[in-house]
Amino acid sequence: MRCLAHVASLATLAALVLLGGCGKPEFSDAEKKTIASLALNTLPAPKADTTNQYADVPAAAALGSTLFFDASMSRDGTVSCSTCHKIDRQFQDDLPQAVGVGHTNRRTMPLAGVARDPWFFWDGRRDSLWAQALTPLENPLEQAGNRAAFAHYIKKRFGERYERIFGPLPDLSTVPANASPLGTEAEKAAWNAMSTGQADDVNRVFANIGKAIAAFERSIEPQQTRFDRFAIDLATGAKPEGDAAFSPEEILGLKLFIGKANCVTCHNGPRFTDNAFHNTGVPPVKDLPPDRGRVDAVAQVQADPFNCFGKFRDGDASACRELRFMVKDGQQLVRAYKTPSLRGAAARAPYMHAGQFSSLDEVVAHYSKAPAAVEGVSEVHPLDLSDHERAALVAFLKTLD
Amino acid sequence: MRHAARDVISRRGTGLASIWRYIFAGLGLAALVVGVLTVVYLTAPHSPQGPDTSRSKKTANGLFVASFEPERGAIRQGELQSWLLTLKTAAGAPVEGAAITVSGGMPQHNHGLPTSPQATDYLGEGRYRIDGVKFTMGGWWQLRFAVSAAAGSDSVVFDIVL
Ligand SMILES: [Cu+2]
Repeated sequence: MRCLAHVASLATLAALVLLGGCGKPEFSDAEKKTIASLALNTLPAPKADTTNQYADVPAAAALGSTLFFDASMSRDGTVSCSTCHKIDRQFQDDLPQAVGVGHTNRRTMPLAGVARDPWFFWDGRRDSLWAQALTPLENPLEQAGNRAAFAHYIKKRFGERYERIFGPLPDLSTVPANASPLGTEAEKAAWNAMSTGQADDVNRVFANIGKAIAAFERSIEPQQTRFDRFAIDLATGAKPEGDAAFSPEEILGLKLFIGKANCVTCHNGPRFTDNAFHNTGVPPVKDLPPDRGRVDAVAQVQADPFNCFGKFRDGDASACRELRFMVKDGQQLVRAYKTPSLRGAAARAPYMHAGQFSSLDEVVAHYSKAPAAVEGVSEVHPLDLSDHERAALVAFLKTLD
Repeated sequence: MRHAARDVISRRGTGLASIWRYIFAGLGLAALVVGVLTVVYLTAPHSPQGPDTSRSKKTANGLFVASFEPERGAIRQGELQSWLLTLKTAAGAPVEGAAITVSGGMPQHNHGLPTSPQATDYLGEGRYRIDGVKFTMGGWWQLRFAVSAAAGSDSVVFDIVL
């Protein structure tokens, strides 16, 4: 035992002599550049969304926030956007899979900075924030409503507010109480019996509901974290003080994150995401329906009447380049999911698109081990990180809270 | 058995000295490894597969001279950008009416492009707008252009390192 203690103290001494003797700075210039690129102060203001002319209209955002929290925006009056996107929980719900009217197969995504996403949902099956907002409203497992009922409800409950923003509501007196091309058999039949003009009228009100909710969601922004204070001090050469100072373990974790562990390859920029889709070998969840990720979302976003090419877009088609130049096929889309932002991630377990991992330790262990994908090819390679290195990465991730 | 016993005794007796011996031996070994690696690295022929970041080059079979530049100056990671592909014949005449397809990816990451860039406009003088180019991460990217024109078909690969 004494002998071991000697070895440990000597090794520490030797390490100190070696490090101190060389006067090695904590971070190389390349590392400093990468760290600066991750700091929140480099995040530009959200770009204008020309496909939603109401995106920055305060009255639209106000109506959107009312609708976001309104449980009447569902089939049975019990589910609103905020049921899963909880305002005091980073607009997510801490569940492995979201539960609305039914049990879904995907993890609720948080909303901070969402206005900057080019694609929505884990698989990118919608191409704008307003088109995204419409989808849960009619998903039978989420809000389970139908667009005709929503149009009637808006007219009855928020008619005046709606008209001040979007102009006169259409005459809905002959529109069935419940109708949607995506609803139950009865709702589909009712929808198909409507005239084209009626369907257009309802779709227009429905699209505007999405545009109002999107206007509200644009205001949800990421907050400054310990990491950002540390990064600013590092960039300016100031000595990080108070909680901006990192422990040796956090510094090691940061170095691994931007170095050997390659996390920053995909988790890049001030939102810690490349906004792209990757197969990282995350295992499927037993008993959930088959889920192939991005490869199945391509057809869905193309078929969505509310996509950027559709007639409910404001502005011109120059805003549709993401959709126009989207990758439509290929092996790399199989079980590919969007890179999530890591800001605030430490406080919102479980992780991955179906809540597969219950802790950051499990996430880091997965990327260190890099198992093969059940389908498609995983883009990640084994890292064989030590226990100490994995703990350091987790310690660093907690500074993003 | 006797040897093992003697080892234990000697380690107990001169624990510190033998630890230093180990440390020096370790350092010596490390220096040797570094030395060997340096020699290997310095004498190795530099990989012909590494990125060639020139923005202007002959196509694979020498049919055309191609150059590829961002349309508006700088490359911005994570943004959809348009680039210009300029095609001249070997004699320097602009190549008109070319059919161009684009593919590519990151050779070190084993993935393709995050978007499907396309030749969207002909701007005259052999210049083609390649729109929908996006580099989502740092590293070595390749864009491969297959070009078909009156002079024939050829291809060219541009390396872009972010
Ligand atoms: Cu890559």
